[in-house]
Amino acid sequence: MTDFTEIWSYLAETPLLWLAATLGAYVIGDALHRRAGGTPLVNPVLVAVVILAAALALTGTPYATYFEGAQFVHFMLGPATVALAAPLHANLAKVRKSAVPMAAGLLAGSGTAILSALGIAWALGVDAATLAALAPKSATAPVAMGVSEALGGSPTLTAVMVIFTGITGAILAAPVLNALRLRDWRARGFATGVASHGIGTARAFQVDETAGVFAGVGMGLNAILTALLAPLVLALFV
Amino acid sequence: MIRTVTILLGFQLLGEVIARGLGLIVPGPVIGMALLLALLWTRPRLAGSIMPTAQGLLAHLSLLFVPAGVGVVGHAGALGAEGPAIVIALVASTVLAIAVGALVFTGVARLTGDGDD
Repeated sequence: MTDFTEIWSYLAETPLLWLAATLGAYVIGDALHRRAGGTPLVNPVLVAVVILAAALALTGTPYATYFEGAQFVHFMLGPATVALAAPLHANLAKVRKSAVPMAAGLLAGSGTAILSALGIAWALGVDAATLAALAPKSATAPVAMGVSEALGGSPTLTAVMVIFTGITGAILAAPVLNALRLRDWRARGFATGVASHGIGTARAFQVDETAGVFAGVGMGLNAILTALLAPLVLALFV
Repeated sequence: MIRTVTILLGFQLLGEVIARGLGLIVPGPVIGMALLLALLWTRPRLAGSIMPTAQGLLAHLSLLFVPAGVGVVGHAGALGAEGPAIVIALVASTVLAIAVGALVFTGVARLTGDGDD
C-alpha cells in the first residue's frame, strides 16, 4: 500500500484535487442552502468559501496551488457573462419597456452605494487611500479594480471589498426587499445587480429569471456609471 | 452544447480583442455579451438553440465566484486596523443601495404607468 504522504504529494501537484474540492464544497453549500429551506442567509458561496479556506489553512496549501485547480471554475465567469445575452434577449421587450424606471433606479442605487459607503467610512476615520479603494466596490470586480487604481487605491483591497459586497448583497437583498414589501421582480433584481454585481445577480437568477435578467442589466450599467461617478463622489471626501 | 460553448468563447474572445484593442474600461466578456445580443436580435432562431446551455451555466453562476471568494479570505488582513469600519461601511451601504434602488425603480415605474405586471 502506498504511503499517504506519497499520494498527497501526487495530488498536491495536479489541479484535480482543488478543482474537485471547489465543486464538492459548493455542492455541500448548495445542499445546506436547500436544507435550510432556501433561505438567503445560508449562502452557498459563503459556505463553500469557509470550507475551502479552512481546508487550505489545515493543509498549509498556498492560494496559488489552490488556484491551479480552481482556475477552471474561475475561467467560466467569462463565458457565463457572455451567456447573459440569451435570457436578456428572451426578456428584451420587458427590459426596454422598463428603461425609465431602470435609469432612475440605476442613478439612485449607484449613487447611494458610493455616497453612503464613503460617508460612513469617512465618519469612522478611514484614510483617503482606503476611501479610493472603497468607492467603486459595488461594480463588477475588473471594473472596480481599474477604477480603484486610477483613483490611487489598492486594486487588491478593492477586490476584497467587491467580493464582500457581493456576498452581503446576495444574503441581505431578499430580507431587505421583503421588509419594504417590494414584489416587483424587475425592481428587486435590478437593485440587487446594481448594488452587488455578479454575486447578487447569481442569487437573483436562482430566485427568478426576470429578477436575474434585470440584475444582469443593473450590473452591466453600474459598471459604466461607477467609473463615471466614483471619482466625482470621492472628491467630496478627500 | 459544444456549439454553444464555442459561440460563447468566440464572443468572449472577440470582446477581449475589442476591449484591449481600444483600451476600454468595460471588460471583454461584457462587450462579447452585447455583440452576442445584437446577433440574437438579427437571428432569433439561434437564441432558442443556445438557451439551454446558457441557462445551465447561469443557474450555477454562484459556483463561479467561489475561487475569488477563497482568495479574499487570504487578503482579509489587507483591511488592517480599518477592518471593522470598512465592514460597517460595506454592509450598510449595500443594504441602503438595494433599498433605495428598488424603491426608486418601483416609484418611477408607478409614475410612468408601468407598475407590477
